[in-house]
Amino acid sequence: MPSKTMMIHGNTACAEAAIMAGCRFFAGYPITPSSEIAEYLAYKLPLLDGIFIQMEDEIASICAVIGASIAGLKAMTATSGPGFSLMQENIGFACIAEIPCVIVDVQRGGPSTGLPTLPSQQDVMQSRWGTHGEHPIIVLTPSSASETFHLTIKAFNLSEKFRVPVILLTDEITAHLTEKVTIPDKDQIKIINRKKPAVPPEKYIPYQIDDTYIPAMANFGDGYRYHITGLVRDEQGFPTNDPEIIEKQLIRLNQKLEKYRNEIIEYDTQFTEDFEKLVICYGSPYRAAKNAVTRARDKGIKVGLIKLKTLWPFPGEEIKPYTAKAKKIIIPEMNLGQVAYLIKSEVCDDDKIIKINKINGEPITPEEIYKTLIWSD
Amino acid sequence: MDYLRYLRIDKLPHIWCEGCGNGIVLKSLLRVIDELKLDPDKTVIVSGIGCSSRTPGYMDFNTLHTTHGRAIAYATGIKLAKPELEVIVITGDGDATAIGGNHFIHAARRNINITVLIYNNYIYGMTGGQVSPTTPLFKYTTTTPYGNPEQPFDISKLAKAAGASFVARTTVYHFQKMDTYIKKAILKKGFSVVEIITPCPTAFGRKNKEDRGIDMLKKQREIAVPIEKAKSLSSDELKDKIIIGIFQDIEKEEYTDLYKRIREEIKNNNKVRL
Ligand SMILES: Cc1ncc(C[n+]2csc(CCOP(=O)(O)OP(=O)(O)O)c2C)c(N)n1
Ligand code: SF4
Repeated sequence: MPSKTMMIHGNTACAEAAIMAGCRFFAGYPITPSSEIAEYLAYKLPLLDGIFIQMEDEIASICAVIGASIAGLKAMTATSGPGFSLMQENIGFACIAEIPCVIVDVQRGGPSTGLPTLPSQQDVMQSRWGTHGEHPIIVLTPSSASETFHLTIKAFNLSEKFRVPVILLTDEITAHLTEKVTIPDKDQIKIINRKKPAVPPEKYIPYQIDDTYIPAMANFGDGYRYHITGLVRDEQGFPTNDPEIIEKQLIRLNQKLEKYRNEIIEYDTQFTEDFEKLVICYGSPYRAAKNAVTRARDKGIKVGLIKLKTLWPFPGEEIKPYTAKAKKIIIPEMNLGQVAYLIKSEVCDDDKIIKINKINGEPITPEEIYKTLIWSD
Repeated sequence: MDYLRYLRIDKLPHIWCEGCGNGIVLKSLLRVIDELKLDPDKTVIVSGIGCSSRTPGYMDFNTLHTTHGRAIAYATGIKLAKPELEVIVITGDGDATAIGGNHFIHAARRNINITVLIYNNYIYGMTGGQVSPTTPLFKYTTTTPYGNPEQPFDISKLAKAAGASFVARTTVYHFQKMDTYIKKAILKKGFSVVEIITPCPTAFGRKNKEDRGIDMLKKQREIAVPIEKAKSLSSDELKDKIIIGIFQDIEKEEYTDLYKRIREEIKNNNKVRL
């Protein structure tokens, strides 16, 4: 089947991509603006021998997703801020037990019930630090329906490869704007599946530390009997209080993604051959930024543009060469400056940074960014 | 029978206190598994958090020790993903009916084929003896220093009302009944609950002047009333008694079967367009 072009919104693109990535289990609880993902998969998964279940709440949803993944299915849930908060303890479980799964957070305004139908980017920090304890996590953020498609596939692949929950952080605009999306042919998509043990069951060491830092995962029911716990554990998967073993396991856990930054981190640069000012953005404000930067360049203002698609691990090192060159860095965000904060603390001087922030439920307009580009000197 | 065959011997001794009933339930479960010849490779034991929830760590099966209260939700994901697996949940009264109460009633409502063993010791053991949703009225715990002012849950009645196909209650003293009920629960296709009254001398006993496990067992013998007999007794006569027996045993379409049936129907009838 050749690739096909469709007019769909971000949530549909996400659900389609999940299916193509091999997702065959969805558990969720309805919440605006994410519900169309559940509705689409409720319709499609049973036709593909997959499973859809609406659980009693978001906590149950993420738990069922982790359970299904342990039994061998690629599994996903989708939610928005309030539901994402409820999931956090068990996302932490997936982190320590190293269970692949994908969690979509279609951001709406917060805190609390916040602004159910309006866009926001206020969960950047929650997506990284919402759980207790320290652990790695991957967060990807798309700015269009097409990118949602591409990053959802990537989310499943990274999750399976690195045995880590992956958060797809989208927002109400990206989720609901209907756009042209080219769905590639199956053969054009690279699909990654978790590494299975290559040894017989008696030799299997569930959390063995080797130089890949990624232990092979046996699915329950495949003949490898082992123990999975949320407690800090030894190589065999059993709880331990031995400081040396704890340290070894937690260091491996926390360093495993660092080894693979190149495979995880993705960002686009535009107009960066010559620039004095630099716009750094992510998610739906990219649309406004692109328009503003193009107009400013038409006026002869030298502006470059970086669009982040991976938020965690944070691509500070990767963007440093660009920020070093820039005289001013403009960061539009639908929050009070969560990525700006990271750039300030990890990447460059304070005085270069100009933040454009909006938390009133309205999108950032091209005009707002354009004006800032004109007057900032 | 050879219990050691099913245990992770290198993980012993276990962490449970002297006089705790948890080991008695473990042995009962292993006897049933042996009798039913369950394949350890196809059997999954899931637990939440608490003393009782440490059980799976000692069992040589596919074992999953989850977060507090969430065992049934994890088990639901496993069972749906691979219905051919035998899924058994081990949980405490706090784990199942406080933090996990929502998952418990909804799994019963769905009637998913999972067997849940609830170790009811009327207290939070692992955290040192705080009040639980099953602590009897006026009993002392570390968080009810003046006596418990809250009405307790009757777990078995709750499970029955929520829609479980099989519900039974026993005490660890009545270990033969325990074997029978666990066996029936595993064999039953549908959501099955066995509520097991078990002594926690350390946390419950100490606070309520029953600090020896053996005495707590003797008391179980004294106050247990079979469900058939209970029917002829007045509520006054049943005060402070434990009713044991089978509360529910019915046939009802099981969730994963129902799901499979719907999946096949839509494909065969082309009811929806692809
Ligand atoms: C989210 C969360 N809240 C609280 C705790 C602390 N905690 C651990 S075990 C437990 C209660 C266990 O009681 P029960 O389920 O009755 O099991 P028992 O120890 O008596 O077998 C609690 C509250 C926790 N681990 N996680
Ligand atoms: S605290 Fe109570 S439930 Fe926990 S092991 Fe000791 S006796 Fe058993």
